[in-house]
Amino acid sequence: MLIHIDESVLHLLARLEMEKMTRVSTISGCTMFCHLDAPANAISVCRDATQVVVAGRNIFKIYGLEEDGFVERLNLRVGRKPSLNFSCADVMWHQMEENLLATAATNGAVVTWNLARPCRNKQEQLFTEHKRTVNKVCFHPTEVNMLLSGSQDGFMKCFDLRKKESVSTFSGQSESVRDVQFSIKDYFTFAASFENGNVQLWDIRRPDRYERMFTAHTGPVFCCDWHPEDKGWLATGGRDKMVKVWDMSTNRVKEIYCVQTIASVARVKWRPERRYHLATCSMMVDHNIYVWDVRRPFIPFATFEEHKDVTTGIVWRHQHDPYFLLSGSKDSTLYQHMFKDASRPVDRANPEGLCFGLFGDLAFAAKESLMTAPQSVGDVGRKTYPGGDRRYPIFFFKKPDVTEQFAQVSSALSVFESEAGSSVGMDWFINTAQSYLLSGKPFAELCEHNAQVAKRLNRPQESTTWTMLRIMFSEPANPSLSTNHNLNKSGNLPLVNSFSMKEMSAALNERNKENRQDNLHSLETNLNNNDENEETEGSEGQAEYLFGDAELDDDDLYSMEHDNQAAEEPEYLLPQEAFPLRHEIMDHPSAPEPMQEKPESPHVSGSEAESTCLTPMESFSLISVSQLLFSPHLPPKFFCPIVKEMLCYYAEQGDVQMAVSVLIVLGDRIRKEIDELTQEHWYMSYIDLLQRFELWNVSNEVIKLSTCGPIMCLNQASTTLHINCSNCKRPMSNKGWICDRCHQCASVCAVCHHVVKGLFVWCQGCSHGGHLEHVMEWLKQSKHCPAGCGHLCEYT
Amino acid sequence: MKEEAGIDLPQASPSGPSAFIPIEEILEEGAAQEAMSEALLSEGRVDHINMMMGLHPTYLTCFLRTHNALLQLDGPLPLSWRHFIIILASARHQCSYLVQHHSSAFLLAGGDESWLRGPHCAPPKIQHLQTLNKLLAHRPWIITQEHIQELVCPGAEARWSLAELIQAIVLMSHAHSLASFVWGCGVLPEPEQSGDESLQMCSPTESCCARDKARSQQEWSEAVNEVKLLMEKMMIVQQQGEEFTQEEMVTRFERERTESLLEPADVQHSVLPDCFSRFVVDADFTYQDFSPRGVQAPPTMRAQDYSWEDHGFSLMNRLYGEMAQLLDEKFQVVCALTYNTMAMHSHVDTSTLRKAIWNYIHCIYGIRYDDYNYGEVNQLLERSLKVYVKTVACHPEKTTPRMYFSFWRQFRHSEKVHVNLLLMEARLQAALLYALRAITRYMT
Repeated sequence: MLIHIDESVLHLLARLEMEKMTRVSTISGCTMFCHLDAPANAISVCRDATQVVVAGRNIFKIYGLEEDGFVERLNLRVGRKPSLNFSCADVMWHQMEENLLATAATNGAVVTWNLARPCRNKQEQLFTEHKRTVNKVCFHPTEVNMLLSGSQDGFMKCFDLRKKESVSTFSGQSESVRDVQFSIKDYFTFAASFENGNVQLWDIRRPDRYERMFTAHTGPVFCCDWHPEDKGWLATGGRDKMVKVWDMSTNRVKEIYCVQTIASVARVKWRPERRYHLATCSMMVDHNIYVWDVRRPFIPFATFEEHKDVTTGIVWRHQHDPYFLLSGSKDSTLYQHMFKDASRPVDRANPEGLCFGLFGDLAFAAKESLMTAPQSVGDVGRKTYPGGDRRYPIFFFKKPDVTEQFAQVSSALSVFESEAGSSVGMDWFINTAQSYLLSGKPFAELCEHNAQVAKRLNRPQESTTWTMLRIMFSEPANPSLSTNHNLNKSGNLPLVNSFSMKEMSAALNERNKENRQDNLHSLETNLNNNDENEETEGSEGQAEYLFGDAELDDDDLYSMEHDNQAAEEPEYLLPQEAFPLRHEIMDHPSAPEPMQEKPESPHVSGSEAESTCLTPMESFSLISVSQLLFSPHLPPKFFCPIVKEMLCYYAEQGDVQMAVSVLIVLGDRIRKEIDELTQEHWYMSYIDLLQRFELWNVSNEVIKLSTCGPIMCLNQASTTLHINCSNCKRPMSNKGWICDRCHQCASVCAVCHHVVKGLFVWCQGCSHGGHLEHVMEWLKQSKHCPAGCGHLCEYT
Repeated sequence: MKEEAGIDLPQASPSGPSAFIPIEEILEEGAAQEAMSEALLSEGRVDHINMMMGLHPTYLTCFLRTHNALLQLDGPLPLSWRHFIIILASARHQCSYLVQHHSSAFLLAGGDESWLRGPHCAPPKIQHLQTLNKLLAHRPWIITQEHIQELVCPGAEARWSLAELIQAIVLMSHAHSLASFVWGCGVLPEPEQSGDESLQMCSPTESCCARDKARSQQEWSEAVNEVKLLMEKMMIVQQQGEEFTQEEMVTRFERERTESLLEPADVQHSVLPDCFSRFVVDADFTYQDFSPRGVQAPPTMRAQDYSWEDHGFSLMNRLYGEMAQLLDEKFQVVCALTYNTMAMHSHVDTSTLRKAIWNYIHCIYGIRYDDYNYGEVNQLLERSLKVYVKTVACHPEKTTPRMYFSFWRQFRHSEKVHVNLLLMEARLQAALLYALRAITRYMT
């Protein structure tokens, strides 16, 4: 039994091998390259895939393809001063006669070369019938002596190599021919692509007229290639960056696939043995070679990224072997690419997509196979199929459909809708955007207003921030604007104190507020037995919150504490004051992020060294702070670093609204502290958000108030207003008052019946209008439309 | 009209749009009406350049489209900057017409008046353009990727983005070639500009009618024979399939390129009037013939290696899409423009003649077509035409009425304007090709 199976497997393997042998003479090799002396323009390979010819302006050589490298076999460029006939735009190796080559020269010559000639100069025949550069030569795939050329002068010529002149000339009746290709299956047909975007099909027997013509691209069609198996398929590539596959077998030429690349397509070549694959390279800028699966036009199937300059020629090494690709480039190298070494952009691409909608909906796209994974009994079955399909091609089908690996290119998209009014909603954002005041009032009032807004929307942290900003940047000598009565009570000294406490409060407020009560208690304990606080809380950080929260919740508690502070003895104050002040000192020289962003940081910093370092810190802080306390005026600048950190913090958190609003309200006070690019970035993000929520007015206000050049420019872009002619309803092109098509003045003043060239005002109800002054005057006297249409126009 | 052209000699009327062409002649070409009315309506008036181009309405339409897109539509550079760049560029060719016109447009677009005192008052970013401006105007073949690199990444705020730079390059080469047109057609200043003192001396107002009037009947028949001769040559050139050796072809190209006899004598090497000198840095830098054969001659550019259709367009399309389309269209229109007439003959295929002019201009800018026989240039372009073409293309400010009147004496003015259009576009394309090639090299 066992033996029997083995035998059958062996048999199968032998059959496989034989099949391969007959189709492909065993090719082996690796990715390799060699330096040429000059940039290549085109390459071609001989039928048995052992040699490649490279042609360019200053090069014309034949290289042998060895196992581990290229070996130069022959230099066809001979003579002391080679003529322009050697300056090749294209080259083709005959696919039946292995000694025969043809080149297209930039001076318009078509040259054939016979490698069997005994002398050094292998040139056999020279046709100089074209007036301009010949772009392409092409041998007939089955007829040995037939050669076709296409030239810049607009003519295609068919040569019989046994004669000295062309047998027939085909005139495209249009501009330059860029590519000519004999059909592989159809003996008499060839395709030609043109600089004006057309593709023509010709019958070789009828030089008077093309069989059919269609416009394939906008701009030149640089290349075309017949499908090696499917006789009706033609791939074309153009300057418009597209590769299109046309089905010619039907009555009307039909575009069946279209691949959008990123640069003009210079060459296109179907991949052998792969029905849907083709390789492309580009004319400019992009140096890679792409292999596309035409059914998946958005992402290349494989990419070869070796070249350093544009690739000018690509050719599959053997017409039945899909794994070897040869390419020549302007960077003077010749490469052999192994398909297994290609990079596969598909693998690197993220197959899943996730996106939030405007109203909190969530869309999720992923491979279908993943989406149906749970119930994938059928899937498992399908996956086992490729293992078994090997015998199918041999016994039943002529060729295996190896493109199977792309069967699963489709993705499933699911949308999860959020319920109305759920927490994902961005109502707070809209409300805030609409209610914030950004200009038009004194600074302190703006801050106060915005603080109220934030408070009303249940956003205490933002509210406190606004209050703090007001305090920081208001003139200390003029505190009457503030509603905080603490300030009035004790001048500069409490200002500083309250500042430091509030700053902390803002920073720490994000912590959950449930344990507020606990904190309150813990503060009590802290206050009373200060020495023990490190083990009750683990850190003084907890105590700080309390300051923040208490002060947040009601000013009374805050002021009470404050009064305590002022009234009580200095030594008793020490611990209490030390918390805020100490932090202030730590904050200024270093970044306060640890405190702001990571609530656990106090634990880290104060874990073990708490009791020991607390005392020295206190005394230190006291001294330094006492200086601060009594400095007559703190310049607003003093706070800038903190505010800057604060803004960055908000932006980092995703609340760019806060960052931008503060930026605008503070204006010059802070602007110079933050670099332009960051500001611009914030503005852009905020404006984008506003526009997504259709808050056009707010977004416009923000743009107007911004101080960044690029942002202000936004309002100056696309200021064109497109209008239609009032007579013929067609769009008016370049001027506002006369229509190109009906040659009538479109905007006539309804009052004076003259053409309006300046300000034109019109009623949105009846769309009559005219000169601004005229309409104003008219509507002072009459309520009706001046045009007499009976509409009651309103002018506001 | 055709018959009379020789007898009824043109009067250079100083009030018309051109010092060379009588206004009646321009107005008589009625075909221009449509395109001109478009210009009239969009700008409120038709300036002299448009009137001259109006002789070729198909061209005028697409010229205006490009011109407006370049100066008015959305683009990476601010409007005032665009006008200022035009000022800088046209000052290199001492074209007072353009400098004046765009100075006022610059102010209208909200430009800072102090910039007009000279580029040193403009931002450093604009000042950095001066080298490129200079090279584009006179010796574009020197432009290398290093020049691009300097502008694109000098760090800090004076940096040019590639999109901005490409627009600036198009603006500059557009202005340079337009200056060629202004000088080549002897476009006179607009009425409101003429108050300026310095203008009078810069415009070719020298009257030529006297000489023209003196032209005798005998000369006229001579001229008629010249046309016949030229047409015969064209026929020959078109039919001949003669073979030349490689060396012969190269020699011919080199000969056309270095024909230094055509250099106009330095008429006056006077000091530049102030209205230009303040915009011009290194005023002595002008077009120079390629150094004599062999001695460090800059390599010629092969049209097959870097052409507008394949490479230039592709790059431009990537960086400044709309403009690539417009320029492409404009080049196509100007190359295809023909009425199949030559002087008094009609139904003539002028393609060889047009091609010769186009390739000759590219030749003096160092661009060589492998598939063109430069012997044709020598056969078809008479010496006085070559002098004119080379002067207008390379030293437009040295154009004299004498040059204008001495070539193609029997041809119509509109045909001479046609030559100018070819000249202007060929020049524009050559400069763009060199600049774009440098950018390509910078990008790879």
